[in-house]
Amino acid sequence: MANRISDETIEYVGILAKLELSEEEREQAKQDIGRMLDYVDKLNELDTSGVEPLSHVFPVHNVFREDVVTNGDDRARMLQNAPKVKDGSWQVPKTVE
Amino acid sequence: MARQYETVIGLEVHVELATKTKIFCGCSTAFGGAPNTHTCPVCTGMPGSLPVLNKQVVEYAMAVGLATGCQINQYCKFDRKNYFYPDNPQNYQISQLYLPICHDGGIEIETASGRKVIGIHEIHMEEDAGKLIHDEWDDCTLVDYNRSGVPLIEIVSEPDMRSAEEVIAYLDKLRLIVQYLGASDCKLQEGSMRADVNLSVREVGAKEFGTRTEMKNLNSFKAIARAIDGERARQIELLEEGKPVIQETRRWDDNKEYSYPMRSKEDAHDYRYFPDPDLVPVVISDEWLQAVRDRQPELRTEKLARYKKEFDIPEYDAEILTGSKRLADVFEETTALCGKPKKVSNWLMGETLRLLKEEGMEPEELTFAPEHLAKLIELTDAGTINQTVAKEVFEKIFYEDVEPERYVEEHGLKMVSDDGVLRTVVEGVIAANPQSVSDYRGGKEKALGFLVGQTMKQMKGRANPGAVNQLLRELLG
Amino acid sequence: MIRKREVSVREAVQESLDCVAALDGTLNCFVTLDGERALARADEVQRGIDDGTLGGPLAGVPVAVKDNICTEGLRTTCSSKILYNFVPPYSAEAVCNLNAAGGVIIGKTNMDEFAMGSTTETSAFGVTRNPWDPEHVPGGSSGGSCAAVASCEVPYALGSDTGGSIRQPGSFCGVTGLKPTYGTVSRYGLIAYGSSLDQIGPIAKDISDCAAILEMLASYDKKDSTSVKREAYDFTSALVDDVKGMKIGIPSDYLGDGLDPEVEAAVRKAADVLRQKGAIVEEFQLSLVEYAIPAYYVIASAEASSNLARFDGVKYGYRAPEYEGLHSMYKRSRSEGFGEEVKRRIMLGSFVLSSGYYDAYYLKALRTKALIKQSFDRAFENYDVILGPVAPNTAPRLGESLSDPLKMYLGDIYTISVNLAGLPGVSVPCGTDAKGLPIGVQLIGDCFQEKKIIRAAYAYEQARGSWQGPADLEKRCDRIPEHAASGEAAGPESACVSKEVG
Ligand SMILES: [Mg+2]
Ligand SMILES: [Zn+2]
Repeated sequence: MANRISDETIEYVGILAKLELSEEEREQAKQDIGRMLDYVDKLNELDTSGVEPLSHVFPVHNVFREDVVTNGDDRARMLQNAPKVKDGSWQVPKTVE
Repeated sequence: MARQYETVIGLEVHVELATKTKIFCGCSTAFGGAPNTHTCPVCTGMPGSLPVLNKQVVEYAMAVGLATGCQINQYCKFDRKNYFYPDNPQNYQISQLYLPICHDGGIEIETASGRKVIGIHEIHMEEDAGKLIHDEWDDCTLVDYNRSGVPLIEIVSEPDMRSAEEVIAYLDKLRLIVQYLGASDCKLQEGSMRADVNLSVREVGAKEFGTRTEMKNLNSFKAIARAIDGERARQIELLEEGKPVIQETRRWDDNKEYSYPMRSKEDAHDYRYFPDPDLVPVVISDEWLQAVRDRQPELRTEKLARYKKEFDIPEYDAEILTGSKRLADVFEETTALCGKPKKVSNWLMGETLRLLKEEGMEPEELTFAPEHLAKLIELTDAGTINQTVAKEVFEKIFYEDVEPERYVEEHGLKMVSDDGVLRTVVEGVIAANPQSVSDYRGGKEKALGFLVGQTMKQMKGRANPGAVNQLLRELLG
Repeated sequence: MIRKREVSVREAVQESLDCVAALDGTLNCFVTLDGERALARADEVQRGIDDGTLGGPLAGVPVAVKDNICTEGLRTTCSSKILYNFVPPYSAEAVCNLNAAGGVIIGKTNMDEFAMGSTTETSAFGVTRNPWDPEHVPGGSSGGSCAAVASCEVPYALGSDTGGSIRQPGSFCGVTGLKPTYGTVSRYGLIAYGSSLDQIGPIAKDISDCAAILEMLASYDKKDSTSVKREAYDFTSALVDDVKGMKIGIPSDYLGDGLDPEVEAAVRKAADVLRQKGAIVEEFQLSLVEYAIPAYYVIASAEASSNLARFDGVKYGYRAPEYEGLHSMYKRSRSEGFGEEVKRRIMLGSFVLSSGYYDAYYLKALRTKALIKQSFDRAFENYDVILGPVAPNTAPRLGESLSDPLKMYLGDIYTISVNLAGLPGVSVPCGTDAKGLPIGVQLIGDCFQEKKIIRAAYAYEQARGSWQGPADLEKRCDRIPEHAASGEAAGPESACVSKEVG
């Protein structure tokens, strides 16, 4: 495996992705990501110099909304799936120390 | 000799645009409102929902770009800025990194040390976050997405400022431009204009920049000035002690006048920007750009020049009046109604500014109708009310926007011009003040003033002082 | 039949529900069934048909919807624990179109969690089994939808296709599955996996039904900025038995290493059928085939890592019962809520977008995508339709693929590039292997050229003759006790395996 994923990298990716891995999962993830990246490295065989990265397959552009209010108070429906609600708001653990 | 330091400052200014709806959905942007009553699947990040761009946001961004001498990227895109925080329902902010709508502009400021151009690196469009309210009772945080998705432009300056004074001048100028364009009301207190300050210090003469910090949470010009001085002092102290400045984001606490690091292990500050696949590029044709350019309203400099030409008012007044879009609007609308620029200017420069100052209000918060001020001027000029009453009525207009004619009528404030009524009162005053009468007759001119005052008092201020004066002289012969 | 009033809508729906009751204990095509609601809706649709307000070929026909497509008031889970209780406050545009046409949704079908997989084994609600042989997978990720159609639990279903997720299970289950040109069916309400690749499409017994369903699903939607306003939506007009002079190219690089000889033979036979009907069929070099999968995994994972960030325990879905503070809540909810494959792709996606790797991986993949699109553009200068296999093999046995993710990814080699280039593609049953498992042939068209592949598929079907579904289905199912599949089949917690919503 050419791409060796370090413990630090897995830890870092875990922080970025908000995922917490067990010891076992971490080892597996290192293996899997390393192997995937080896496979992805195949792309380096291709000369892509001068090729524009293609995000959208079709050249669609300028899709706009007019600045007109179309939505009313839909709070009850937006909150109906909330794990925790208080005073018409989503409730989360405190964000300030 | 102690080392001399120079402060290097760049600003990231967020301005909330004055659209009726959010940037990517049809929810209202109205301020206030019970929590989460202006929300929908898009601005609460429901699975499967998709954003659609509000065209007005692009037009406002272009207008600000043109007014600040920027180049417009006629092909621009939106990118996702990925980070987890509950004020951000998707856990990514839709913003622009790779191809922002405007770049490479600048505005001229004027301070005690002269004129100077502050460069604008770029202006990009993005969405605002929701509001987090700390709940003391349950020691938790409540999330309100009413502000989530409100359109913002972020104006990123070059690190061209060297003092708090320059920063304030820059912000003032920027605010005026944006207000003149009608793109935002730019109220710092309500957060519709917010500035993050990037600051570093270096020894005078040094070529390289020092390590900078970014300060957030600045919600008044005064706080910004204090934060700059505080952070400058902190960084110099570190350098003097031979310690490094750490590149980080800090939160300014305006009460303690100190900034604190906002860092935590959980914030990697690696935003993994990539083009948002849910949005398509914005392509601005030459025609569209020209149309926006043609629609640009008169900006401050042009307005000032026109005032000098068009209205016979002192230059100082013109400067003050055009220094606020709202003030200038009230001036022009009132003048158009009554045709008396000089008088309108006097009311605005005098009573209006006095009351604003007394209330600690910004001119942007003026709410009275120009029709009412015009009417007031008309009533005064026609001699329907005198100057004293006019001031009293103006306060009512200022605070409650009353209709002056009806107000004067209802409160019996009309000037008494009936010669008979006035003559009776004056005769009474003469009879009641023999001492003053003899003083006057003895040559003491001052005594007449006392008798005028007594008459006005009895008339409850509604008499024409000129007429009273004349009548007294006549009767005292 | 419904239009001819041979059966009432209620009867048709009841028949579907009865079939599900008989088979689904074994097949597990459905995550959520809502019989009561479906029957009430059946009566409503019947009234519409009777008073003439509802017409069209699909009015009153029962349908199943893949569980990543939002249905207002009906639980939508993406087969993930993290959405185990999510009841959408709105319906996807495709579902609105379906409702307007008088469709009767009987439930939501099982899938690989968040559509990440090719076997429907990564669902938090247990595996779905292949009706042709319940010891085999139905393919994925739209495995529930394809198995439900193959077993006649429903006449048709909606699926979604990001890298082959309609066509590959279509092939494994012996049904017809069509992935439209990107932008043809609105993605509004489709829970995103790879936004630049995802498309909703029909799964049915034949191409005629697929064309009719697509006609109903496709629309220009102002709520989806990537929706494309098309010139015409009359896909059924392409149901013409004539391929004379049609130029069909077979990429010789699709027939090389790794392709099962039985699959190759069946696909070549299908090509011969079209040749005999007057099509000009030849092999050509498509090129870049082996680069599609690595490019796809970078792009899809990157988009997924961002798309799936919203599942955080704050607004909806699963929140871990225990945590200390905000970040711990995020991490526990996500780590407990997502399955292994989903976590793997989120991590890969986060990595390739992270500071220092964006250019080397993400932009490189987008450049590769541009080259792949160019090679298809060149091919379509010469051919009306590209023909090839859907997958290198027929359906593998349960549990066989999961052990080696990379090998599983390789199974998507013939389908993935179609998504990268935004093209339409359809999988049509063309035979069975020695084990009696179905084989599909894939027809790929240029952008917006659905009509060409529909025409080719229709002509092929006419020559092939009617396709027989799996025989003795109930008997096959009876051999497998309910929910007695491989050990991991059961959900992670009881809430996740319950079928009905309250
Ligand atoms: Mg920003
Ligand atoms: Zn909204």
